Amino acid sequence: MADLYQKLVMLLGDDLTVLILGIVLTLGFIQFNSLFLIWLERKVAGHMQLRLGPMEVGPHGIIQTIADGIKLVGKQLITPRYVDKWLFMLAPVIVLMPVPLAFLVLPVHPGVVVLDMNVGILLIFGFSTLNVLTILMAGWGSHNKYSLLGAIRAVAQNIAYESPLLVTVITAVLWARSLNMSAIVDAQDKIWFVFTPWGALAFLIFLISATAETNRAPFDLPEAESELVAGFHTEYSGMRFAMFFLAEYTNMFIVSAVGVTLFLGGWRGPILPGFIWFLLKSYVLVFMFLWFRWTFPRVRFDQLLGFAWKVLLPIALVNLVVTGGAIKLIDLIR
Amino acid sequence: MTPVQGLIRPDLVAKIGFGLVAAATFGGAIIAVFFRNIIHNVLGLALALFGVAGIFFYLGSPFLAFMELLIYVGAITITITFAIMLSKPIGGPLPERSFKKTLGAGSVCVLIFGLLSYIVMGTKWTPAAMRSSDWSVKAIGQMLLTKYDLVFELISLVLLVSILGAIVTARYGRGRVE
Repeated sequence: MADLYQKLVMLLGDDLTVLILGIVLTLGFIQFNSLFLIWLERKVAGHMQLRLGPMEVGPHGIIQTIADGIKLVGKQLITPRYVDKWLFMLAPVIVLMPVPLAFLVLPVHPGVVVLDMNVGILLIFGFSTLNVLTILMAGWGSHNKYSLLGAIRAVAQNIAYESPLLVTVITAVLWARSLNMSAIVDAQDKIWFVFTPWGALAFLIFLISATAETNRAPFDLPEAESELVAGFHTEYSGMRFAMFFLAEYTNMFIVSAVGVTLFLGGWRGPILPGFIWFLLKSYVLVFMFLWFRWTFPRVRFDQLLGFAWKVLLPIALVNLVVTGGAIKLIDLIR
Repeated sequence: MTPVQGLIRPDLVAKIGFGLVAAATFGGAIIAVFFRNIIHNVLGLALALFGVAGIFFYLGSPFLAFMELLIYVGAITITITFAIMLSKPIGGPLPERSFKKTLGAGSVCVLIFGLLSYIVMGTKWTPAAMRSSDWSVKAIGQMLLTKYDLVFELISLVLLVSILGAIVTARYGRGRVE
């Protein structure tokens, strides 16, 4: 391996090698992660409802998702007559575009990050906003009432929950005094941010907002199947539908990984190597998202928006001020 | 120098990069102005702003680039779309283009373009080598709270006015219904 790496560096140079390797690994990981998470979700759902979940294909159904994936690739791409052709076709393509970018700035292991950017956290949140735009394109382009309603809900929900989410991110950035993801992990060498009182509160708000931002139950109103068929992706079939799912499950992992980096000390942990801890912590958070989905009933839409604007945002803002005060106090004591 | 690096010329890559973001900006602007479907217009605007973010990135300020993405692409265009979706039934026949309105909008655009060009031409720009190249977040923060204090405060005034406007509109509407 080391020999091969040396040859690559000889041929391509340092930066290009790291970038190409990073992108290849990221794309591979995105596929693997989605396959694994879809299987995990069905298993978790099954066991929480006293069922077994998929059991047929492979031991405990572990290659069920691969079979489903092959089925989806082989399916016909149906384009209804009255759709807005450009938006309808572009939406599932653009939805995957910002996804690999976020991985470039995640520090996964001591000293291992593809692009050590000094405003890394902004890159992730800057590009994640494109997600809403694609939902809008899909929902509006489908020329379907249910899709449009789903898209409108998605937009309202994302605007509402992005505010408290970003305020908690600012809180963590303030505590770490850097927008660089590696520096944020470094700042948590003595104590993880979640173990401070203000950090714990910020983490709670982050978790709730992140659930809403990734359109997961109990906040999955954009695709509430009992009222909107399937929301913004009602008209999509085959691989186009699969693209939305790929993006959704990868976004779940990204949001968990960001949470781990900001609040749970990133790759820090005893005995095991860094990237194992990073993956372990991220998947624990992902599991919590699955757990929420099969535990809480879906909320009503006015409750959802009211909760974001009237409860989460004020608490997050007060918490930000308290954190600022605490940092100043700690500085004074030292 | 490695073999492949010798093949890729940095100035060429930079030129292609600039060409792409400039094309996105212009293409988006054209879609935003000339297309008849209002949702296409908004998405064109989003593309143009995406291109502007690319230009900031090209000029070496990733902070501004991501802020542009986060605030303009992420928040502003989405809010505009939201307003459009809530205000008017989508679909149905498009209204006729009125010549008077087109002429008015066109002349305002030409006027603004002339004014901006006049200012750009008249300004004595400092060459890049003599300028400070410190675009870190810290430097931007200090600039905003010292040299550009007034601008910073004025922006918050604009936000205050819009919040008050929103509250007044919402309150009035609620009173009428009851």
